[in-house]
Amino acid sequence: MGFLTFRGGVHPSEKKEMSQDQEIKVLKLPDTVYMYTSNHLGAPAKPIVEVGEKVKTGQKIAEASGFISANLHSPLTGEIVSIEKMVNAASGRKDDVIVIKKTSEDDWQLLPHNDDFTKFTSEEIINNIKEAGIVGLGGAMFPSHVKLMIPKGKKAETLIINAAECEPYITIDERMMLEKTDEIIKGIEILLYASGIEKAYIGIEENKSKAIKTMIEKTNGKNIEIKTLKTKYPQGAEKQLINAITSKEVPSGGLPIDIGVIVFNVSTTYAIYDAIINGKPLVERGASLTGEGVKKPGNFLYRIGTKVNELLENVGLIDEENIDRILYGGPMMGIPLPNIELPTFKGNNAITVLTKDILPKREDFPCIRCSSCVSVCPIGLQPYLLKKYSDTRNYDTALENGLMDCIECGSCSFICPSNIELAKSFKTAKKVVRAMKQRRG
Amino acid sequence: MKLNTAAAPHFRTKDSTRKVMSDVLIALTPAVIASTWIFGLRALYIMLLSMISAEVLDLIIVKYIRNKKNYKPDLSASVTGLLLGMNLSMAVTWYQILIGVLVAIVIGKHVYGGLGQNIFNPALVGRVFMIISFPTAMTTWVKPFYYQNISNTISLKSIDAYTGASALGIAGSEGFQNSLSQYSYWDMFIGKIPGSIGEVSALFLIIGFLFLALKGRIKLTVPLTYIGTVLIFSGIFYTINPEKYGTPLFHILAGGLILGALFMATDMVTSPMTKKGQFVYGLGMGIITMVIRYFGSYPEGVSFSILIMNALVPLIDIWAKPRIFGTSKKEVAK
Ligand code: SF4
Ligand code: SF4
Repeated sequence: MGFLTFRGGVHPSEKKEMSQDQEIKVLKLPDTVYMYTSNHLGAPAKPIVEVGEKVKTGQKIAEASGFISANLHSPLTGEIVSIEKMVNAASGRKDDVIVIKKTSEDDWQLLPHNDDFTKFTSEEIINNIKEAGIVGLGGAMFPSHVKLMIPKGKKAETLIINAAECEPYITIDERMMLEKTDEIIKGIEILLYASGIEKAYIGIEENKSKAIKTMIEKTNGKNIEIKTLKTKYPQGAEKQLINAITSKEVPSGGLPIDIGVIVFNVSTTYAIYDAIINGKPLVERGASLTGEGVKKPGNFLYRIGTKVNELLENVGLIDEENIDRILYGGPMMGIPLPNIELPTFKGNNAITVLTKDILPKREDFPCIRCSSCVSVCPIGLQPYLLKKYSDTRNYDTALENGLMDCIECGSCSFICPSNIELAKSFKTAKKVVRAMKQRRG
Repeated sequence: MKLNTAAAPHFRTKDSTRKVMSDVLIALTPAVIASTWIFGLRALYIMLLSMISAEVLDLIIVKYIRNKKNYKPDLSASVTGLLLGMNLSMAVTWYQILIGVLVAIVIGKHVYGGLGQNIFNPALVGRVFMIISFPTAMTTWVKPFYYQNISNTISLKSIDAYTGASALGIAGSEGFQNSLSQYSYWDMFIGKIPGSIGEVSALFLIIGFLFLALKGRIKLTVPLTYIGTVLIFSGIFYTINPEKYGTPLFHILAGGLILGALFMATDMVTSPMTKKGQFVYGLGMGIITMVIRYFGSYPEGVSFSILIMNALVPLIDIWAKPRIFGTSKKEVAK
């Protein structure tokens, strides 16, 4: 059968079987949570609570501070014990963290909500999504309400729900589709209603056949269509997903809305349902805790801001000697943690613990121009060449050759027989270029 | 707990450059065995001497001149050495081989900066140097199975009695019909003809090549367009004057085309990076090979055509770069 896909890409081993059949368990409340004010893409939120203040679960504790920014809410009913700096493994910077200690079980402070979402206008829905602090839960953490605010002169025509879940190990989106099917479908209907789009597509990789079947059954008769995608990394990358489903390409340097498309991850869709129907701001989410380094991999609903070590207590770690690295996310794009006592983010769809024996030592060789990196790059870049330009700080030429188009998917590094750190170089080079641009103004 | 914070992706392919190279060596093995069967132990000796001396020389250069003390061989020099050996005639002497290896490794490879940096296929650089320096030895071909008639197969003292012209040589001097009357297509296909040690057996070269192709180790477009171009080009000339120009099948099987197209032109380092570029590259080699064979004074054109196209690869790569996602073809062009 010909499944939909994009050009390029790689086939890392899937490893989904470790947690695929594990039902989502709700974890007991942590004693303390640590909320990064940078819990989303864009400007950090501004704290609106003081140390010593009592807060309810769902109460706003920090406010969005720019167009691309998001509100932050308390995941616990408790007391603000401090606002301190902690390392943010994603950026390497130290960021402000609001520390909240639990004093009792949940006492919720809810947003306005209604079982019948059509009682709201579309502006009200977008505003509620903004109030609820919802960001892209696939990992990118882009504020959801911004996607729904269509710029003048543009028109949203297609809604795509990203359920590709192409990273190895991670199974939370798949579990969500199986266990929260009706809620997700309702979430999609809310999005259709709020955006005025006629039809939604759900893109799912073929290796999640149960989810595909369930979704097809439950969406029968609705204007939601399931699109089966080839299992290939990075099938869930926004541009590649759009390309597979619509055959259109997001213009270089542009956004999906430039070609009339908006994309939400399935778990984000669930969060939107929870906010609009139940009035719950984004304070908890699901994640897979998995990898060869954990004893009992599984899927869990956890409060955002729980420390990674506390989360991992629920699955048990194997012999520490054999643990190589612990990641926010999966093995292709996951961010390695410098230590295990760091808090989780809104975007943490998985914590993956990798062992030494599955990560064999690799040797470095010079580039042999094997062209593998060129043929797997989903963007059509020439990684071997970009690497040369980045390393020699020839940024102008690198830019001419599409440096900024790199989606940092890591397919090139994955495939390189010479173990060359291609994606890492591009990440750094892109940062440098952005910094230079800022300085020039 | 000590955590590793190496950069993503954390998964990598199990492949390595050394594995790529050893797969090429494995792929060449059937042809090496076939050549030994056809030309005797001396053929094996030539190929091994060339291969081992190339690897040793490379090791010395990298360790002691480039000063990479903990360098472990990547086997690329063995590939170069073996291919050079396969491209030699049975009449070369040990010191000629060593000179060829020296030129291949030093001038063909290390003056450019070592593995991955060279523009020209090092084995061919060595070979062409030997053709110019030792023209007689390099064009003295022994007959298949000559060794059944002489006692000392390693030193080749009495070689003169057992030499014969190569199929392409006969075609060049006496016309291709004469060539075909001496060697059948089948002889050419399995390699029972005089010629360079490793180039004669198309069958065993193809077997090895299929192994590489199945493992996805080869830029497939290159051999397909190269051989395809030779087929079409010689087909056209054959239609014009069958007596004079020879059949397409003859041109594919008679000389070094199979070895060149499958294993020399496909050298990763010196061939283009995109399918589009590889297409032009193959096309160019096909045309140049046939122009040399038809109109040149030298009967064979494979080595030269590959080297000439090697020189054009940097330009081809610029011209044939892939289209960046989300840009129109026009935009990419400007
Ligand atoms: S160059 Fe960028 S987009 Fe292309 S494969 Fe590498 S990381 Fe992915
Ligand atoms: S995959 Fe690695 S060795 Fe191959 S061309 Fe790209 S950078 Fe060079």
